[in-house]
Amino acid sequence: MQKQYEAVFIMTPVLSEQQMKEAVDKFKAVLTNGGAEIVHEENWGLKKLAYPVQHKSTGFYQLLQFKADPTLILKFETELKRDERIIRWLTIALDKDALAYAEKRIAKRNGQAQAEPEKVNVSENTVNKED
Amino acid sequence: MSAEQGEIRYLTPPSVEIKKKKYCRFKKNGIKYIDYKDPEFLKKFLNEQGKILPRRITGTSLKFQRKLSVAIKRARHLALLPYVTDLLK
Repeated sequence: MQKQYEAVFIMTPVLSEQQMKEAVDKFKAVLTNGGAEIVHEENWGLKKLAYPVQHKSTGFYQLLQFKADPTLILKFETELKRDERIIRWLTIALDKDALAYAEKRIAKRNGQAQAEPEKVNVSENTVNKED
Repeated sequence: MSAEQGEIRYLTPPSVEIKKKKYCRFKKNGIKYIDYKDPEFLKKFLNEQGKILPRRITGTSLKFQRKLSVAIKRARHLALLPYVTDLLK
């Protein structure tokens, strides 16, 4: 039976934007090839760490929410462990309340994504006025 | 006349604090899941050194204190919150 999981991992800040995307795609491929379905993903971008990890003070955060068989998780975590680009990761199973929260979060983020282009337009307009 | 008798006057007002009843903010607001991805919210339950505040101070119910401590520990693992620090706030 498939369960819903949520994984957050931190990649080294040494990577370029392109390399970071490649790393994310690699792990998404690991999941989808293993029969998982990716429900949601978030890239938090380069964030400052609360304490240094492997002598690094920043890192790229990536969140993946997916439906998978429990057996796949072991494989997925081994892949994370073997990859040098990953400095930290956390995979958790989502229970009933967590799922409800995650759905809300997705809805909220989608709402924001729609609102953001408008904001951009507004800022552009103001720039034009200044010109 | 009876009102005058009943009134006791103090030179300094008595310092009897009215104790505000503590409550569990999760129960009150109907929060069922505590998100570890939101360090700003979790910071409300930490002291300046980044330690988890006890239940007797925050008033959180036992059920949610357990969930809260798990959430904080997850956030610490992901370097969203520090394990030890000075002047968190």
